[in-house]
Amino acid sequence: MNEGIKSNSLFDGADIKEAIMLSLKRLAPQYQLRNPVMFLVFVGSVVTTLIFIAMLLDKNSIAGGGEPIWFVGAVTFWLWFTLIFANFAEAIAEGRGKAQAGSLKAARRDVSAKKINHPDEFENFTMVSANTLRKGDLVLIEAGDFVPSDGQVIQGIASVDESAVTGESAPVIRESGGDRDALTGGTRVLSDWVVMKVTSDPGESFLDKMIGLVESAKRQKTPNEIALSILLAMLSIVFLLVCITLLPFSLFSVEKAGAGSVITITVLVALMVCLIPTTIGGLLSAIGISGMQRLIKANVIATSGRAVEAAGDVNVLLLDKTGTITFGNRQAAAFYPAPNVSDQMLASAARLASIADETPEGRSIVVLAQKLFNLSPIDVKSLNATFIPFSAEQRISGIVINDRHIMKGAGDAIAKVVTIKGGNVPEAITKKIEEIARQGGTPLCVAEEDAILGVVHLKDIVKPDIKARLADLRKMGIKSVMITGDNPLTAAAIASEAGVDDFIAEATPETKLKYIRKMQEGGELVAMVGDGTNDAPALAQSDVAVAMNSGTQAAKEAGNMVDLDSDPTKLIEIVEIGKQLLMTRGALTTFSISNDLAKYFAIIPAAFATTYPALNSLNIMGLTSPQSAILSAVIFNALIIIALVPLALKGVKYRAESASNMLRRNVFIYGLGGIIVPFIGIKIIDILLTSVGLA
Amino acid sequence: MAHLLTMNGLLQLVAYFLILAIFYIPIGNYMANVFSGKNTVLSPIFKPIEKSIYNLLSINPEKGMNWREYAITLLAFSFAGFVLLYLILLFQGLLPFNPQKFAGLSPHLAFNTAVSFITNTNWQSYGGESTLSYFSQMAGLCTQNFVSAAVGLSVLIALIRGLRGVETSDIGNFWADVTRANLYILLPLSLIVAILLGLSGVIQNFQNYLEITTLEGAKQTIAMGPVASQEAIKMLGTNGGGFFNVNSAHPFENPTPISNFIEVVSILLIPVALCQTYGVMVNDKKQGLAIIAAMVLIFAPLLIFCVTQEQAGNHVLTTLNIDQSVNSLQAGGNMEGKETRFGIVNSALWASATTAASNGSVNAMHDSFTPLGGLVPMVLMMFGEVVFGGVGSGLYGMLHFVIMTVFIAGLMVGRTPEYLGKKIQSYEMKMASLAVLVPSLFVLIGVSIALMTKAGQAGIFNNGAQGFSEVLYAFTSAANNNGSAFAGLGANSPFYNTLLGVCMLAGRYWIIIPTLALAGSLAGKKHIPISAGTLPTHTPLFVGILIGVIILVGVLTYAPSLALGPVVEHLHMIKE
Repeated sequence: MNEGIKSNSLFDGADIKEAIMLSLKRLAPQYQLRNPVMFLVFVGSVVTTLIFIAMLLDKNSIAGGGEPIWFVGAVTFWLWFTLIFANFAEAIAEGRGKAQAGSLKAARRDVSAKKINHPDEFENFTMVSANTLRKGDLVLIEAGDFVPSDGQVIQGIASVDESAVTGESAPVIRESGGDRDALTGGTRVLSDWVVMKVTSDPGESFLDKMIGLVESAKRQKTPNEIALSILLAMLSIVFLLVCITLLPFSLFSVEKAGAGSVITITVLVALMVCLIPTTIGGLLSAIGISGMQRLIKANVIATSGRAVEAAGDVNVLLLDKTGTITFGNRQAAAFYPAPNVSDQMLASAARLASIADETPEGRSIVVLAQKLFNLSPIDVKSLNATFIPFSAEQRISGIVINDRHIMKGAGDAIAKVVTIKGGNVPEAITKKIEEIARQGGTPLCVAEEDAILGVVHLKDIVKPDIKARLADLRKMGIKSVMITGDNPLTAAAIASEAGVDDFIAEATPETKLKYIRKMQEGGELVAMVGDGTNDAPALAQSDVAVAMNSGTQAAKEAGNMVDLDSDPTKLIEIVEIGKQLLMTRGALTTFSISNDLAKYFAIIPAAFATTYPALNSLNIMGLTSPQSAILSAVIFNALIIIALVPLALKGVKYRAESASNMLRRNVFIYGLGGIIVPFIGIKIIDILLTSVGLA
Repeated sequence: MAHLLTMNGLLQLVAYFLILAIFYIPIGNYMANVFSGKNTVLSPIFKPIEKSIYNLLSINPEKGMNWREYAITLLAFSFAGFVLLYLILLFQGLLPFNPQKFAGLSPHLAFNTAVSFITNTNWQSYGGESTLSYFSQMAGLCTQNFVSAAVGLSVLIALIRGLRGVETSDIGNFWADVTRANLYILLPLSLIVAILLGLSGVIQNFQNYLEITTLEGAKQTIAMGPVASQEAIKMLGTNGGGFFNVNSAHPFENPTPISNFIEVVSILLIPVALCQTYGVMVNDKKQGLAIIAAMVLIFAPLLIFCVTQEQAGNHVLTTLNIDQSVNSLQAGGNMEGKETRFGIVNSALWASATTAASNGSVNAMHDSFTPLGGLVPMVLMMFGEVVFGGVGSGLYGMLHFVIMTVFIAGLMVGRTPEYLGKKIQSYEMKMASLAVLVPSLFVLIGVSIALMTKAGQAGIFNNGAQGFSEVLYAFTSAANNNGSAFAGLGANSPFYNTLLGVCMLAGRYWIIIPTLALAGSLAGKKHIPISAGTLPTHTPLFVGILIGVIILVGVLTYAPSLALGPVVEHLHMIKE
């Protein structure tokens, strides 16, 4: 899905022209008020603009305080650009998010459904998108089709693979009438056909909700963003006061020292803008929007920003065994012949019995038999055989070929047939069946007439990369818990093979819910993936709940995110996106505050140079003149916002490692870097200003 | 540098830290037991007294309070203390134990003094021996010396309970905390220190002042009084309000190097040991060690810097070729304003310790320190009195910085920040920001008002940068509840008494209320188990970041002020 979006450029579909227009439009005070840090910059810009106008009218205006007019003009110019740059960052992030959400909407391919008008006229269907189905619509579902939404069987009987929902590999029977008539969206009909009446409307478009999350005007601030804004606002207030009180300090100093001139308003405004955390203040909203945008890029739709943030905090991950940890379908792993039966005999018989079986299990038996014994493929049609399809009633399937009658099925089902035919079940086979079950596998018996030939070991195959991913999670401090409908023995075997920290066996909706509650009472934040209606309560209880797009409406409503790819391992990616979002905020905050040190060294000697020339020894950067020093700091302060836009959009690099290592690296880069970079940057700008004669 | 820090000086500093280290665990554990309501060695003596106090006042020590109840009780208690002290000072002339027949204080001075003592600041706009009766000293000031310290301790303990509590609103019982702090901790320690001070020559009597004739035939009045008893709690409770005007530079308050050592150890004794108390009470001693490590790592370099600056002497005298070096005949260094019996090292140590802790007593005049030497006490106060800080108040102030650090560092590891299993969210950030940043607002605004008004300028005796430093020091000291003075500022005027009083109140209660609110909010939260994704808060890395945050916040707030005061003064001096 969504293959079309693969551009890696910074703008990623955002329209630059539009972004520039938006940055200018958003200079409006009512928009700036939303961000206290940038609002202070706005007020400062207005003040210096007024001073500049006053000086244009009268070069010696008292408002200028003796500063040259070009200097006031240049500071004013760059202050406005500080605002525009911050707006631009936000506009770009927004543009990217919208572009992605838009193309997602277009590219999204839905499950299609065979809509019919009357239950009896099911030959006359029209193909429609599952999304267009409404309550009361009738659909025909045939073998191999996905169930397009939740519904009720009104005609027919079918075996349905609900493993995607319940985790149970064995197919279940759904038929009209009685209490087995409910069909769940996202499950698959394996045999036969049914006519289903749709029982739920598709929910509100999640995509529309998501688009709301990338539009800054509609966006709600997330809890962590609010907490950070409080810190930034308090710091801004302090710096504002530091600058305001410098005026009396300066007046007093000039009076007592009897030398120099009082610090000018322009310089005070410049100092304030440099000190308040404009870097993070200007990029904060862009960071939040791009977090959402990265989520869309991963084909995940969130219904709130809060959920994405919470994803970074998750410390327990509930993973469905089927599809996440294992491949979902059981596969043949070994043949165990009965006494006096050769391996090859069993394998060849098992192959014949499965040759027409289109289920993944059946196919895997054929593949394994051919692989182990180098059997050449058989053309099914040339066999001239009669196939006995799997029937929900007998729970066996097989083949009749030249009077040979080969069957395969569950141990007890086969035993029943064999006994009726006068045969018996060898003890070795009974033992083997038990052993396979104990190891977490599914034993499948193969019999010919009244003789049992042996057992096929069907096994859940653990995905090859899951162990490494779970180990990564552990490094991040996240505990993985496997949920399965299997018995505890089977579950334990798979759990140890996959390396999960814990498992819930024989999981029912109640046990899942209980487990989540217990974890939450212990203070853990729980994330889970689900798709079935029976997952809904557990999804609703989880802190982060990802519903599969193929899942039922109930599951989607209960979750706070929807994964369009229906990929259960996506949860791990979501956690990473959540963490990255917080890390980017932290890194840029640290960087922003650390920057102030260099700015002080630039501005303080410059601001008081006339009163106390001795302070010039603090001018360790050797900046040319007081004007160039202040202007360099202001320009640096504005340019750094633009320079950091790519970082804000892409996010700080995330690696699975312990908190200490991550902290050490980030403090080093953004803390220490934040102290050093502005010294270099301001010096370079000063050199440039001097070279063009502006000093 | 080697010649600036003599072996003798170094040994004294090492001995100082060693003594504090020895007391760290026993006193820290003892205080933890006291506040956990466990039995201690002193229980047999004090338990019955404690019980009878509760019975007499109908207090149920087991009955928990939520943070609002706790805060209201605390404010009412402090206000009652204020009223009582204010009235005692105002009507001192009518009260007993007044051998010198001192009249009552002016209302503004009484206000300033009462505020100063209830807030544990002990800023003194008066000279003790020429203003206050023995009754005012003992029943008035000394009471608040105990009680205000106990209030500081109780707020800290309430915050610790908040960190420990799980989904509760109970942060303890204020009455029980204050009673226990006084009874089990402050009283016995003061008794021991008072006796030790008495043994080393500090006076303790109720005599009239002595009128003597000097060898030159001049008349001299020698002040007397119950000094040792007040001196002990003045040091232990980080109060710092001297019995005499010159505080611990006075030979009756601090007669010998031995008494000096006892007193300077007493300044940091409880604030240091509280880190262990903290570690024990949050069930993770490493947390306490991390905090004490951060404190020592800020304090020790500044202390050594101060010692070497003072030992280097006065640059002006150096240019006149006056010998200021250490040799067998003289202590050398900048001895102006210092007592010869203490010398450079003990004066610098005291100046650093008294401003690191919010004690504020002095044994030398900070105004006479070299500009950079005098910068050290000022900077230590500007860090918000969290490097050791006041009894209780230092540590809870530090915990606000810890929360701020956890927030910033926590973000960098990609999780909603948490401290000791408690999530740090917007409410906590609001409270921590208020507590950390509000005192500096009062300093900056206060200084501006003083500089811009006639009444304010009238008190400034020195010109230029030195005058600026004096005002800056006064407001920094008041708003951070330190109480030491730079001298050189005529602060006993209605203007300064009122304005500094307001700053002291803000610096105390504007931190206590957010602290208790924080305690309440933390107590109501779940406890999140620690995992590999949790930011550890006891590692050297975290300590380093904590130090960075404290210094950065302090420096960024005060850099312009410091540049216009001590820094420019220093630059001028070395140019001359």
